[in-house]
Amino acid sequence: MKNHVWRPLFVVIGVVIAILLFRSVYVPSDFGSQELGYTFGYHRLSNEQEWKDFPAEYKDTEYCNECHDDKVEELRGAQHAMIPCENCHGPALSHPDDPEKLAINTSRELCIRCHAKLITPSSGREDIPGIDPVEHNKGEECSECHNPHNPSLEDM
Amino acid sequence: MKRRDFLRSTAVFVAGASVSISALDFIDPKELLAANPELRWGFLVDTYKCVGCGFCVKACKLENDIPYDANVTRTWVERYVIKKDGNVVMDCPKGARDGFTSKLIDQNASGMLAVPDDEIAQAFFVPKLCNHCTVPACVQVCPVGATYQTADGVVLVDRTWCIGCGYCIMGCPYGVRFFHPVEHVADKCTFCYHRISNGGNTACAQACPFGARKIGNLKDPNDPVAQMILNQRVGILRDEYGTKPNVYYIGLNKEVR
Ligand code: HEC
Ligand code: HEC
Ligand code: HEC
Ligand code: HEC
Repeated sequence: MKNHVWRPLFVVIGVVIAILLFRSVYVPSDFGSQELGYTFGYHRLSNEQEWKDFPAEYKDTEYCNECHDDKVEELRGAQHAMIPCENCHGPALSHPDDPEKLAINTSRELCIRCHAKLITPSSGREDIPGIDPVEHNKGEECSECHNPHNPSLEDM
Repeated sequence: MKRRDFLRSTAVFVAGASVSISALDFIDPKELLAANPELRWGFLVDTYKCVGCGFCVKACKLENDIPYDANVTRTWVERYVIKKDGNVVMDCPKGARDGFTSKLIDQNASGMLAVPDDEIAQAFFVPKLCNHCTVPACVQVCPVGATYQTADGVVLVDRTWCIGCGYCIMGCPYGVRFFHPVEHVADKCTFCYHRISNGGNTACAQACPFGARKIGNLKDPNDPVAQMILNQRVGILRDEYGTKPNVYYIGLNKEVR
């Protein structure tokens, strides 16, 4: 056969080999159809472990109990017992090493998430005592009058 | 055919037919589950318990490094207000990151809508998150194999492999996917894979003071969440898409989309 047939053919073969070489270097060896087959399980297997290793920022109230047992005990006996500490104070991260102190949020916004009076029949929100978030002791922080860890009106 | 042969064939036929009919008998779902004692994560949302405080959204964003002030979130809470005249209004300010603190309904471009108290027939909150579908449309459309389902049923995105084409964001019927403004890849709820795989709870379920959100193993018949889903009247979102979602809802209304 003539040169003008072979030459382009060599070029094509060369390109195919180059692509296959690049693919073998670039695509990780654990990439492919995993347990769930081609349609839903086509992926790089080690990515599952990468997601498992994602750092957790929230601990839980049990963790706070190691050092702030007074606060935990106070909260557990109060009407706010169901609220985890970290909801109000933010994620523990590596507290007490870093940060040394967790934030203390005394804003009205924190409390009115639950206590702003809304009309919500057929929802659990109805069972929470509500206030008018604008009018109820305007401009003052809630914790000046209410104890956030034990909000009982009798103990005020 | 002799009469004896006829009788014998009839007896065989009847016996055979009754065996196959007994195979159609009602199968107890618990038996089915017990036959397959593996792991399949599922989620249960109780809309009666949700008060719209938004602590789940806050916890999700902080736990998973989703830019706090960017208008994207892996989970959100919707408020539905059904008026006595049948009209439905809905809102979800900032994904409910700061909860619902006002009676005014946020109608985006058309401003804040005031619904008089005595016109409200029903009002409630519906938390939303990725349904980790058994037949995930978003995974099927990915052209590079960057998004996938794990053997325990969680749909994840490989951040090193995603090219950011956005097909999966369009493909999800529930709109749970978004473009991560920092990582520049598609992003979505992982059921807190790093927490549940290490024996923990999802950040949102742990943050919920009222137990409106729960995660469990649907393949374990003794799992409290699996039991609730088997024994209670639960609903799923957008059944008609055939994606077989694994987030179940107690107290779902037809108004919820
Ligand atoms: C290993 C012990 C330890 C654990 C566990 C711990 N803390 Fe602390 N925490 C400390 C110490 C020490 C301080 C600094 C106290 C000080 O300087 O007054 C502190 C300070 C704080 C403060 C600020 C107090 C102030 O007066 O400014 C808050 C809020 C707080 N912790 C909340 C929490 C919460 C919520 C948890 C659980 C997620 C938690 N802590 C877990 C040791 C701990
Ligand atoms: C409802 C929200 C809320 C919850 C839940 C909550 N806190 Fe607080 N916490 C506050 C607020 C608000 C203050 C500031 C009080 C003040 O200024 O008098 C505070 C103050 C504190 C302080 C420092 C001030 C002090 O009183 O000594 C510590 C320590 C603390 N909280 C720990 C905890 C721990 C531990 C838990 C969980 C058991 C917890 N908090 C749960 C809202 C909360
Ligand atoms: C997660 C929702 C939530 C948040 C946030 C919250 N509360 Fe409460 N609060 C409740 C619930 C639930 C009760 C108890 C209702 C009951 O006992 O039936 C309650 C009870 C109270 C009461 C007693 C009301 C009464 O009639 O006895 C006061 C006062 C109160 N909270 C103040 C606060 C303050 C101040 C804050 C902010 C630091 C706050 N709450 C944050 C849910 C919340
Ligand atoms: C100046 C002090 C003061 C401040 C500030 C204050 N309160 Fe009160 N609050 C009271 C008193 C006194 C009562 C009991 C009498 C009443 O119902 O008004 C009360 C009652 C309540 C009740 C119970 C209402 C009911 O119907 O049972 C809730 C809930 C409450 N407050 C939440 C808050 C929240 C949330 C904030 C912050 C946004 C706040 N309070 C700020 C003094 C205060």
